[in-house]
Amino acid sequence: MQLTIDNLTKEFTTDAGEHIVALSDINLEIRDSEFICLLGPSGCGKTTLLRIIGGLDQPSSGQVILDNQVITRPNPRMAMIFQEYSLYPWRNVLDNTAFGLELNGMSREERYAVAKRYLDLVGLTEFSQSFPYELSGGMRQRVAVVRALAVEPAVLLMDEPFGALDAQTRNKLQHDLVDIWEKTKKTILFVTHSVDEAVFLADRIVVLSPRPGRICENIPIEQPRPRDRTSVEFAQVRRHVLDLISLK
Amino acid sequence: MRWYLKIISPVLLLVAWEIAAIAVNNEFILPRVGSVFVVLLQPTKDILGSGSLLDNAIISLTRVVSGFLLGIVVAIPIGIGMGRVRWINDMVDPVIELIRPIPPIAWIPLALAWFKIGLASILFIIFIGSFFPVLLNTIDGVRRVNRTWIETAYMYGAKELQLLVKVIIPAAAPTIWTGIRVGFGIAWMSVVAAEMLPGTTSGLGYLIMYSYNFGQVQVIIAGMIVIGIIGLGIDIFLKEVERRKFRWQGLER
Repeated sequence: MQLTIDNLTKEFTTDAGEHIVALSDINLEIRDSEFICLLGPSGCGKTTLLRIIGGLDQPSSGQVILDNQVITRPNPRMAMIFQEYSLYPWRNVLDNTAFGLELNGMSREERYAVAKRYLDLVGLTEFSQSFPYELSGGMRQRVAVVRALAVEPAVLLMDEPFGALDAQTRNKLQHDLVDIWEKTKKTILFVTHSVDEAVFLADRIVVLSPRPGRICENIPIEQPRPRDRTSVEFAQVRRHVLDLISLK
Repeated sequence: MRWYLKIISPVLLLVAWEIAAIAVNNEFILPRVGSVFVVLLQPTKDILGSGSLLDNAIISLTRVVSGFLLGIVVAIPIGIGMGRVRWINDMVDPVIELIRPIPPIAWIPLALAWFKIGLASILFIIFIGSFFPVLLNTIDGVRRVNRTWIETAYMYGAKELQLLVKVIIPAAAPTIWTGIRVGFGIAWMSVVAAEMLPGTTSGLGYLIMYSYNFGQVQVIIAGMIVIGIIGLGIDIFLKEVERRKFRWQGLER
């Protein structure tokens, strides 16, 4: 898998007639199985960038290339996990998890078997008949993650998926995500505004500047996993990242 | 809920009615409560050769259900099209807005001119009555579908038809159902009005109009009570379906 973002720019005009450059001159090479965090302040266009990569939005110029294929619309090899409200409230957990497989035309028996295997992976087997409104925020995001994994994409696009969760649940899900990533070796592009989250998760942190969003830093994080948030090394890396950001 | 509070007003109404009936002392204006109940308690008894309360109720119900289903079958697809596709909306909306304020009953003369006296005219009036609430709620429900649900489906490779069947329709269903409830209420009112037309020979509307010609006020009131109870019963049924089927509504998270 090779994902390339080539000279990408996104401009638009607001209803008030204001011309806005949301993203400017974005170039990025993403390697197979890499865990990348897109870090930036709110409004810097990181979500827009992720949406363009996912094929939900179109760039003004430049392109996104996945294995020699220019992305102009959603591609089954990439799955998107939204911040919230992405589960279908009229479907139970099992049917939500199997949603992607159902669209692909997999038989009910087969897709339930696959979905159950993935629910098992995140410890949600006993909730397979529950509805989203009966679950906690953390459990719902876990379902959103396994729904994405179930279609076996090469790339996971995650748009602040833990942003709406409380700190404790958030830490737990970050751990789980690292576990999942180590088991499945998916390529992950993870949007966040939390330095702490980025340092905990990423192989590489790509820092975007405030509008117009440009890539201003590419910071490899070489600390071995599992990372310990309370360790001195973790604090040093976090300080380093913060320093780089505040210079901008 | 304190049930005894709920029975106070109906009981007071009956008492006031009975007192008024005794005071008026004229069964052609206001019959006693008892004489109306006599009619209600014999729902299968023929009334003045125009069939029983039950027969006529079934006839009215059959009509309203037929006309109403017709309204739903036409309104929902148009509503989905208008809610989903901008140019369809822009093209159709002016006509809809123009016709919508015309009450169903105002269509009666035209219905008679087009379809003559009979079932077709009545069905047409019911159709008109139910069409707009269902249409407007369908448009609204389809437009308000959470964007993330749609984009999620696109990310998983949904084709337009799949999106429609697996996301748009289930997501809009609670709002459409509200339209169905409102629409049925109007359809029920329309059928009774349509049945009062000259030339009609059956149905609850016909029965109470016919009873008027014979001064049978107790039958008129009994018929009105049956009309009210059926309307209420169907609304309770539709609400119950809503409660069970769309429990997720308002709990989207």
